[in-house]
Amino acid sequence: MDTFLQQLVNGLTAGSVYAVVALGYTMVYGIIQLINFAHGEVVMIGAMVAFTVINALAPGGLPPLVVVLVGTACAIPVCMLVGYSMERLAYRPLRGAPRLAPLITAIGVSILLQHLAMLVWSRNVLAFPQIIQNTTYTLAGASITSVQIAIIAVCIALMGGLALLVYRTQLGTAMRATAQNPHVAGLMGVDVNRVIAATFVIGAALGAVAGVLYGTYYGVAQYTMGSILGLKAFSAAVLGGIGNIPGAMLGGVLLGLVEALGAGYIGDLSDLCAYGWIADLMGEQCDGGHFILFGSNYQDVFAFLVLIVVLVFRPSGLLGERVGDRA
Amino acid sequence: MLLEARGLEVHYGGIRAVKGIDLAVDEGELVCLIGANGAGKTSTLKAICRLIPSRAGMLRYRGEDIATSPVHALPRKGLVMVPEGRGIFRQLTVEENLAIGAYALGGGDPEPQYASFPRLRERRKQVAGTLSGGEQQMLAIARALMTRPKLLLLDEPSMGLAPLMVAKIFEIVREIARQGVTILLVEQNARLALELARRGYVMESGAITLTGTAGDLLHDSKVREAYLGEGVA
Ligand SMILES: Nc1ncnc2c1ncn2[C@@H]1O[C@H](COP(=O)(O)OP(=O)(O)OP(=O)(O)O)[C@@H](O)[C@H]1O
Ligand SMILES: [Mg+2]
Repeated sequence: MDTFLQQLVNGLTAGSVYAVVALGYTMVYGIIQLINFAHGEVVMIGAMVAFTVINALAPGGLPPLVVVLVGTACAIPVCMLVGYSMERLAYRPLRGAPRLAPLITAIGVSILLQHLAMLVWSRNVLAFPQIIQNTTYTLAGASITSVQIAIIAVCIALMGGLALLVYRTQLGTAMRATAQNPHVAGLMGVDVNRVIAATFVIGAALGAVAGVLYGTYYGVAQYTMGSILGLKAFSAAVLGGIGNIPGAMLGGVLLGLVEALGAGYIGDLSDLCAYGWIADLMGEQCDGGHFILFGSNYQDVFAFLVLIVVLVFRPSGLLGERVGDRA
Repeated sequence: MLLEARGLEVHYGGIRAVKGIDLAVDEGELVCLIGANGAGKTSTLKAICRLIPSRAGMLRYRGEDIATSPVHALPRKGLVMVPEGRGIFRQLTVEENLAIGAYALGGGDPEPQYASFPRLRERRKQVAGTLSGGEQQMLAIARALMTRPKLLLLDEPSMGLAPLMVAKIFEIVREIARQGVTILLVEQNARLALELARRGYVMESGAITLTGTAGDLLHDSKVREAYLGEGVA
């Protein structure tokens, strides 16, 4: 029982970060039908910038929370600038080009950013300075740390803020209108290019925060961290229905939970010695021991497995509906 | 002269859809542009609002050359189009559709539109895709009016509507014109359009072949034969 609760807590933490990253994918896809493969790299740059700032300030004796906040405050504008630049320089010139062109470009931007980051921050795994006092609370047999609580709370706040922006403000209405029909939005006076740029910038800002949270949580950052994190967040967006904002939130949290629960149980479930008849077959190999087929390092596979299964039954994702007309 | 086009050309790849037409609309006028399917009416309107580039020709709105204006700059200047097929945002609510109309002005009060279209007020929280065809057309017009236009381009507002609704939409157009908005109306329904308009242009395979007062066009034998479905007497 406590494994379950514990993995629930861990999954919720990772999942809420996935959700915030997934929003960046889904917003851009929703508005220009582009899978921005470079979004994972934006998140990585957010983590890297924060790492540099936190590392520089850590010995200064400032309160740890202030240091992390300053790190985040530096990461956000840098990522916004990266997001804006990639839209302006790489994607906008390709507007109206066949869909494959921006897609390949996105892969190119992703590789470019990764290598730029390598030049700036080296190939090494950078250890995030652990400056925050991590208090652990015990809750019905599971433990939750103050960092986990903070991560979940920040992510909920970001998602709530984004939902307000998208569903309650003029810019958000213009974003949704542009997503549905950019030509008519333009005819009504919406500067479509600006709205698209704003979408990239907002997604990048969310990514920056997610990068800092991720780095703080796992305690490490590396120039390659954007690929797997990006892939998972993208999967989360697809799981929820790409282009759908609540879907990205749901998909992210679900993916985190599935991954954590999978990691928590896959060892026990794939312990061949736990199954009587197999144990009999295996004889002495099982005498008082275990024969674990899949360890928790298979958790990534687990997440993608769930994605595939969901897509087989609901190709448009959990909350996605096929938008029929783009008249 | 509120709007003036001279030698306007639109090409799609190798196709010349609009072949150097001259067209002018004065302040306060209601002018119609009629013609068969594929004549180039929609292409003409799209070129005027810069939705598609014109290959050649001059385009002036209130004396200003707008041939290089970006699309989104025109509503701010008072030039707006209700596109063919309405182009409402189906997944936005009625209210949100109207808000997009006011976007160029940085917001606006939808109350006057609700007063003219009580149907829209009742359905303001409803997603626009669930409105009937006639209601969608009303919404498209109301949304354009939110930009407080001086010149309203209407592309086949009667398309796909039952006769009663067509009459209603034409009544609305007449009312908008009465309030001082200049209108350039594209219509398949030539009789209704000519009865409503002061002047008209007839377009055939990308060229303007006839122009005159609505009365003259209504009595022109070629127009009667080709567009009003009457044999020549
Ligand atoms: N995007 C496009 N690409 C290629 N050709 C086009 C395009 N849009 C229109 N055309 C062609 O240009 C010509 C004029 O089309 P347009 O839509 O302007 O006609 P229309 O007078 O509005 O017709 P309708 O009354 O049927 O709406 C047609 O021959 C059409 O096939
Ligand atoms: Mg047309």
